[in-house]
Amino acid sequence: MHELSIAAAVVESAQDTARRHGASSVEAVRLRVGELSGVVADALRFSFEVVTEGTELAGAELVIEDVPARARCAACALEFAPGVPLRLWCPECGEGATELVAGRELEIVDVTLPLAGASCDGGSAPQGERQGGIV
Amino acid sequence: MCRVVDVRQAVLARNDGLAAGLRRELDGRGITAVNLLSSPGSGKTALLELLLARAAGRGVPAAALTADLATENDARRLARSGAPVKQVLTGGLCHLEAAQMRGHLEGWPPEGTRVLFVENVGNLVCPAAYDLGEALRVVLMSVTEGEDKPVKYPTAFGLANLVVLSKTDIGGAAGFDGDAFAESVERVNPGVEVLHTSARTGQGVDALLDRVLAVCEGSRPHRPPLAGRHLREHRHEHGHEHPRDHPRDHEHPHAHPGGPGALPGAGLPAR
Repeated sequence: MHELSIAAAVVESAQDTARRHGASSVEAVRLRVGELSGVVADALRFSFEVVTEGTELAGAELVIEDVPARARCAACALEFAPGVPLRLWCPECGEGATELVAGRELEIVDVTLPLAGASCDGGSAPQGERQGGIV
Repeated sequence: MCRVVDVRQAVLARNDGLAAGLRRELDGRGITAVNLLSSPGSGKTALLELLLARAAGRGVPAAALTADLATENDARRLARSGAPVKQVLTGGLCHLEAAQMRGHLEGWPPEGTRVLFVENVGNLVCPAAYDLGEALRVVLMSVTEGEDKPVKYPTAFGLANLVVLSKTDIGGAAGFDGDAFAESVERVNPGVEVLHTSARTGQGVDALLDRVLAVCEGSRPHRPPLAGRHLREHRHEHGHEHPRDHPRDHEHPHAHPGGPGALPGAGLPAR
């Protein structure tokens, strides 16, 4: 159950992004989670809710994009799905010299922030921004 | 209205970065770290006791860092070998992280240490995701655990540089099927070496120490196919953002110096 540590790392990174971009809240965080990353999406969602409570991420949506596992054979260059249960042998030439090319991702893709003073549900353009760019 | 900031960063980038730093630092200190992973009860501590004793017998200075949720029993057992031993109490955390490792490696182990064995928390799921800066990752399983365990825990076994089967002295009594186990390992980690060991009879302990010392001498361990080539690369935030769900011309009629879609004062380059 390391999803709690993973969620904490996600929140830390999103907070950092929000601060650097002058946002006081976060609308959504999008992750790419590989089939072989060892992370259970449901456990991660639950942990995310727990960890975000009382932070600027409270109520933020966690969007999880699943990444299927893909491996490539070094001998014949075939790309194949190593499957569940995992089998990292080339189904074409029977070679064991393969390499995973996708499926272990555990990555923050992007963070959705409200425009300062606005929310994402379509409010008006922010007025009188202290940072002054938008009037 | 909202803006989307591209991050494109590994969630564990901080851990991976710390681990990479540790690897360099340990290398500079002449220390080879070995990360030992297994389920609880598969015999990591017993094997480690023997490894430390044999290392001492061969004049190789070795040390051990042992992680446990709650007790210091393992450290007491290992310390009997005379090797420097440190206990990490994880306080219930199911795995070791690079930051914890680093905290324990300031001024320790003593100068001249060549091998640092790290006994991870007994768990085959979570520790697999955390690089600790080790040069060699050894995944252990005992003969009582079921031959298909490698397929059930593909990340742990798939990322091993070396697989160790333990308690082979009771393999017969346990009805252990060695061929089925070998096939199970090969499925998830083609080409990885499997060593058979027994802490009771001493079988395979010297061979295991040989493998560790070979890495100390600079030989490259087996590279697991599951490790991939591109997957551990570090990615950093690109720092650009783009508006979503609305045409930017309409929502931002007055362009600002931050350029299209960017907000000023957000720590972004001006162009």
